[in-house]
Amino acid sequence: MTPEKMTAIARQFIAALPHSRELGMELVGIGEGRAEISMPYDPRLVGDPATGVIHGGAVSALMDTCCGAAVMCHPDGNGNTATIDLRIDYMRAAVPGQTIRARAHCYHVTRNVAFLRADALDDDDDHPVATATGAFVFERRKGAGA
Amino acid sequence: MSRPTPEPVQVIKQRRDGALAALVGSVPYIRFMGITFDRRGDELTAILPFREMLIGNPLLPALHGGATAAFLETAAIIELCWSLIWPELESGRLDAAALEKGALPKLPRTVDFTVDYLRSGLPRDAYARARINRSGRRYASVHVEAWQDNRARLFAQGTGHFIMPPVEGAGAGDG
Repeated sequence: MTPEKMTAIARQFIAALPHSRELGMELVGIGEGRAEISMPYDPRLVGDPATGVIHGGAVSALMDTCCGAAVMCHPDGNGNTATIDLRIDYMRAAVPGQTIRARAHCYHVTRNVAFLRADALDDDDDHPVATATGAFVFERRKGAGA
Repeated sequence: MSRPTPEPVQVIKQRRDGALAALVGSVPYIRFMGITFDRRGDELTAILPFREMLIGNPLLPALHGGATAAFLETAAIIELCWSLIWPELESGRLDAAALEKGALPKLPRTVDFTVDYLRSGLPRDAYARARINRSGRRYASVHVEAWQDNRARLFAQGTGHFIMPPVEGAGAGDG
């Protein structure tokens, strides 16, 4: 399968994930082991009614989806993946009303595992809302270099 | 040799359940996820009833890893809040009626949360229990276990660190 075709499949696949769809996630960009996904502000996702800040769980779901998408479009992968481990560090509260964007990339892949880093940003590009590191299942496609 | 008559059990239950419902009901995201809490004395079990919108991988099908993470984090935060509310409620310092009217304590803030995905989440109800490993004045460390059909076969576990809300009435400066 060509990387272009796999990217197209990844795009469709993310659009078909019920939980991601429910959270309003949209693919912004994808390719070469990288992905960017946005999630609009939604009052249903508020975690602290006193401040109107989005719940960390929704940010986790965004990070997990974005990391998964980055693994799926890695040129050496076969498009399958699953989360092994994901750690999220919350730097600051996302500003209520702003869309949150996650950017993930595979910084290393082995025969079986992809290692990921991701950031979540609101309108302030310089100060991430959260960062994530994760390990994901990685399966090499036939013919990919070891 | 007379003791005060113990409160009727129904009154006690109503007060505790009312306080828990007020706490859980105040968070929109918990309602969005459909998470509920079962209470036995002070022990809480979080319940995530299965719904189609929790699916991540429709081919397997499996629960979304993000939904699992959110479920664990919610269980941890409510456990922490409950641990703050419980002694206040039992001593009578906190008024359950006021709590139900929205006089809720501030929520802890998540510093970090790590989820260990042990097996794929099945399209069924999930349960979680949180254990507070350390709770100081400022920081708390909480471990959460989640399972589905078998209590002994966890499908995910998580550990998180939280900043505790300042205790009202505590001296300023050393919080």
